Amino acid sequence: MNLRVLALGAALVALVTLPYWMAGIYYINVSSQILFYAIFALGLNVLVGYAGLVSLGHAGLFGVSAYATGYMLQLGFGHPTAILVALVISMIAMAIFAALSLRSTGIGFIMITLALGEILWGLAYRWISLTGGDNGLSLKSRPAPFGFSLADANTFYYASLIIFLLSLAAMTVFVRSPLGAALKGTRDQPRRMNALGYHVWAIRFFACLFSGLLTSVSAILFVYYTQFISPQTLALTSSAEVLLMVISGGAGTLLGPVVGAGLVVVVKTVVSGFIERWNFLLGAIFVAIVILMPEGLVPGSVRLWRRVWGKRGRDAGAGVVASGAEAKS
Amino acid sequence: MNFWLVLAVNSITFGGLLFLLSAGFSLIFGLMRIPNLTHGSLFMLGAYIGVTFVLGIRGFQVNFWLAALIATMTVAALGALAERLLLRRLPGDQLAQVLVTLGLSFMAADLCLMIWGGDPISVPTPTDLEGFVRLGVLVFPAYRVAIIVIAVVFAGALWLLLERTRLGAMIRAGVDDPDMARVVGIRVSQLFTIVFALGAGLAAFAGIIGGPILSVYPGLDQDMLPLALVVVILGGTGSLLGSFVGSIIVGFIYNFGQALLPELAYFVLFLPMLLVLLLRPQGLFGRHVP
Repeated sequence: MNLRVLALGAALVALVTLPYWMAGIYYINVSSQILFYAIFALGLNVLVGYAGLVSLGHAGLFGVSAYATGYMLQLGFGHPTAILVALVISMIAMAIFAALSLRSTGIGFIMITLALGEILWGLAYRWISLTGGDNGLSLKSRPAPFGFSLADANTFYYASLIIFLLSLAAMTVFVRSPLGAALKGTRDQPRRMNALGYHVWAIRFFACLFSGLLTSVSAILFVYYTQFISPQTLALTSSAEVLLMVISGGAGTLLGPVVGAGLVVVVKTVVSGFIERWNFLLGAIFVAIVILMPEGLVPGSVRLWRRVWGKRGRDAGAGVVASGAEAKS
Repeated sequence: MNFWLVLAVNSITFGGLLFLLSAGFSLIFGLMRIPNLTHGSLFMLGAYIGVTFVLGIRGFQVNFWLAALIATMTVAALGALAERLLLRRLPGDQLAQVLVTLGLSFMAADLCLMIWGGDPISVPTPTDLEGFVRLGVLVFPAYRVAIIVIAVVFAGALWLLLERTRLGAMIRAGVDDPDMARVVGIRVSQLFTIVFALGAGLAAFAGIIGGPILSVYPGLDQDMLPLALVVVILGGTGSLLGSFVGSIIVGFIYNFGQALLPELAYFVLFLPMLLVLLLRPQGLFGRHVP
């Protein structure tokens, strides 16, 4: 436990001092990207990890929020209004999304969220008078809250870091609250939870809203970061990317998606620098992770390590963990 | 008058293509309980492979229908291979299987982009079907009529296969109750491979014969997969009749939507799906909720 606190403290110090030891603005920007994608992954993890509902339409919601921000700014509203309206619109969108997709669970939920995500993508792509179609929307400026201009890479990094830490704290509180426990209950034993008097649907609906809020927050950071939004952001590949962050880091763990976001963003950035085949690699990693280590990279690597090194790691505790993991897969 | 008629013919043609695409999707879903997210890629792959042979590769050029046959067989074999080598490793874990098909679809899309490049390739209409068909005073493009005929013939053949043969009876048993089917001695896992190959082949066939109308371009898979999803949600999973009716409905809505409300065509397309989800979640002809 102490080691864990120490490690987390060290990570926090590293994050806070990052602009001082990271070499160059480019890498600080990559770090900002990791932070807001981590918020996105945290949001999706509420559903995938804690509610047991896999959504393939989250990029659509992400896009609604980003487009709402961009469109409001284009209409000439100020940054606070644009952000507020974007949050409200994406919560409404999420409520509709949830009301439709929660009619089903498991595979049905995947299909409906996939279809809804594709609708939103189609709208962004074809509703040219509103979204600009393939040309997308450009943002002219980043906001300057309390006099700190976010146009500077360092300031933007710190803003992302503060919002990321707040999101992580909110997530921790949520997971440890009675509602979070109830949500895990609906994931594992929906019928029993129902028999115990919990309103399973309402709990899931609330989880969707919380997930939508985090998604929307990350989308607003994203759109201010890139200052551009196009239909590509809403495509199925984007939904898959963030799902990969969640399951590669470990769904249903607090920090897993954060690690996953770091991995995916770094791999994507590094790979895109050398070859154009990011989508192929994304697919290949996806298949490999699902087949070889479905419980996530960290526990999965431990299990593979044990398998490779055979008897050496086979003490009593390891055996239980490994067999548990294998039973789950 | 003529405008509406042309639109209607186009709608039925597109519906026929959608039927070929979604029948396999629906059967795979009915039997294996997973939405096969590679289905759009199989459609695109069929079109690309087919057009390669139609246009000729290293001087080896074949007639359109032979090219369609080659594409169908190749993609069916690829489908069977994917089922045997990958999905088979995750028995009973539907979620993981869906994610594997998703990963495969990205790999396929990127491979196609790598091999055939980013420019759309137009597929020449088979020479014997380039003209028009006259019905009284009305004139229809022969190729579109041919697609409708092909779709109807395939629908009939699939119906016969499912209702009148031993294999079809085994597939129906697997769709209705896989555990019971296993108990009475049907090798359901072998059916998985057969149905997957069949579905993949049908999708590829739809891809190549749809080529002269839709042409082949990167992103074709992403355009077709949601349509197959909508058809199956509309019609109900595992039901041939459901796929047929769903395809025709979607064909009409898609074409009329694009002609009348081009900006919102995609949205209009999904409205009936939302209605069905709200009022009849198992689909129009489905037996169980996915």
